Amino acid sequence: MSQDQFGESTRRAFLGTAAVATAATAVTLAASPTAETALAAAAVSEAPGTGSPPANQIKVAQLAATSNQPIKPEPTTGDWTKPAAMAIPKEGYFKLEQGRYGPIYPRTPANYGFTIIAKIKPGREQAIREYGKTIEKAVGETPDVLAPLRLHYLRWVIFDVGSGPHFMYQGIFDTDFDKYLEDAVALFLKTGITTVFVNLEGWPDDWKTNLPAVIQFFRDHQRPSFLEYGEYPYVTADEVKKALRVKGALSAMLDQMQ
Amino acid sequence: MLEFDDIQHIVLTRVPAITGRYEFLSFREPAQGRLWLAGIIEKVESAQAAAARMEAQNRWVSVAFTWTGLRALGLSEASLASFPEEFRQGMPARWQVLGDTGANHPDKWIGGFSGPKLHAIAILFARNATERQRSTQEHQAYLARTPGVTVLSSLDLDAIPPFDSARDHFGYRDRLSQPEIEGTGIEPTPGSGRPIKAGEFILGYPDEDGPPVGLPEPDILSRNGTYMAYRRLQEHVYAFREFLRANGDTPEEQEWVAAKLMGRWRSGAPLALAPDKDDPALAADPQRNNDFTYAKSDPYGYATPLGSHIRRMNPRDTAVNMQRRRMIRRGATYGPPLAEGAPEDGIDRGVAAFVLCASLVRQFEFAQNVWINDPNFHELGNERDPIIGAQDGTFDLTIPKRPVRRKIRGLPAFTTVKSGAYFFLPGIGALRYLATLS
Repeated sequence: MSQDQFGESTRRAFLGTAAVATAATAVTLAASPTAETALAAAAVSEAPGTGSPPANQIKVAQLAATSNQPIKPEPTTGDWTKPAAMAIPKEGYFKLEQGRYGPIYPRTPANYGFTIIAKIKPGREQAIREYGKTIEKAVGETPDVLAPLRLHYLRWVIFDVGSGPHFMYQGIFDTDFDKYLEDAVALFLKTGITTVFVNLEGWPDDWKTNLPAVIQFFRDHQRPSFLEYGEYPYVTADEVKKALRVKGALSAMLDQMQ
Repeated sequence: MLEFDDIQHIVLTRVPAITGRYEFLSFREPAQGRLWLAGIIEKVESAQAAAARMEAQNRWVSVAFTWTGLRALGLSEASLASFPEEFRQGMPARWQVLGDTGANHPDKWIGGFSGPKLHAIAILFARNATERQRSTQEHQAYLARTPGVTVLSSLDLDAIPPFDSARDHFGYRDRLSQPEIEGTGIEPTPGSGRPIKAGEFILGYPDEDGPPVGLPEPDILSRNGTYMAYRRLQEHVYAFREFLRANGDTPEEQEWVAAKLMGRWRSGAPLALAPDKDDPALAADPQRNNDFTYAKSDPYGYATPLGSHIRRMNPRDTAVNMQRRRMIRRGATYGPPLAEGAPEDGIDRGVAAFVLCASLVRQFEFAQNVWINDPNFHELGNERDPIIGAQDGTFDLTIPKRPVRRKIRGLPAFTTVKSGAYFFLPGIGALRYLATLS
């Protein structure tokens, strides 16, 4: 990402912030301090008479508003008994927070996730389809093989809406994608999931040795959600497993007391 | 085979220095910068030279450059563009990634670090204060010959007495766990992991994934070089001691709290092996003081809290891909120690350290972004590194304990980032290449 692009996305994020923060406030349980800060920043940047302030002004406004505020993550805990929905702006985030490799996408009531969509190379559809069995076998043999990805669910879909077959890899997980990107790629290499990706257009030829190019592929093909919903929001897979373990232990205890 | 005669000694060698000085430089014109460099190269010892003369030598010099510094020396745009994104941006621009918010923000840094004028660092390590003075004076005299090279700021380093082992101002013993590089012949102490491929730290060698990729060009420039993240962290010693007093009724309890923050007793004895009370003999034994893991023996953190400093900075067997996250640490303490029981004196003291690695984004920035500042590391929810995390009074520390855990809410900041920069530390041949650019 070049400096110019960075400036541009900063600007977009800021111009979009006020409306978005309001929408988020209406839908989620409470406005976060972050949303309020962003709102203030947007207000600062809207100098009288400037329909579209230059990017450098906005950048100053952003620094002024955020430099004294630690960036708190979007609300990461909520009342799991209260279903929640979150409408997300087009960029995929409310306020630009720079991660190591690009913008950080927020945690939503449906936790973190990504949706990678890419066109399949001609004639490779069957190869991708067959790989489903390979993953099934790998997980069967080593149940914790995908554990580092901290997944809830994976969905692999092939679809064709008239422009040839496309592959969609959708994952819902409990970690911020940017934070553990290298770990994920290392696991993809180890488990051979990358053999699916080599059948996709745009996958770098030197993927085995060029980690930055692989990371760029994922960033380029990520399609952020604009709505996410959780029936039991912000609950991690570990918490679900813990609760089920406690339930199991409790019924065992009650059995013992008969 | 490692080219010991071309790798700057600081990468592989810890010299017996108890004082030192960092000089942060700016080049007003390329020819002057190159002239300064050309004359100082002979003082920069390779790992081989430093090892051969360790006993006789009293002063050691290392030299490194920021990306704007390489440009200020006259490096071509094509070559400049071949450096990785995060290095080109420089540390101040990466504040969000690094968690440098609030009092830690680059806007508040001192010493000329927030702008593009910081071009180079000369690291002058010395055996004692007299030798440091000689080094400083010689460098000043040398600089007088190149008026186009100015000193933006400098910092004197002083180890904390007694000098039997490295300590920080909080009283913690340091440098007990460090990676060793394959090919150096140095065996890691038990628990420090197997030797790591040189390419994880030094450019031009295979790394844990295979042959090196994406190196800066030309080859002569990147060969035997390394990236070096500099962090000057002020340590708020009085606030730290106040915190211990507020959270421990007895001196023993205060030591216990201090140990829980770090994951080691201040002696250096790891909680993993000495969970209930300090064990100075264990601390002093390199065969034992780093020989532990977490996954089986302490999954919930009853001995070493999940959020403690050492469990974050080296999660050992509770994280994946660890061999690609290791870092070499160098540096020293600065400022006078605060006497035990003394009131707040307002004097700046702390640690001015370097992290050396082959990839700033994969190693240093990952550690900052995830291990140190991710509030949800190990699913903790609202915690950051209790010693060096971006603390603002809103994060907690959970100390697992039976029958119920202890939770300290609203942890204060014990450290503040005062300045920082990304440097490229070239090999000796690369220094010569830079000095002769035209």
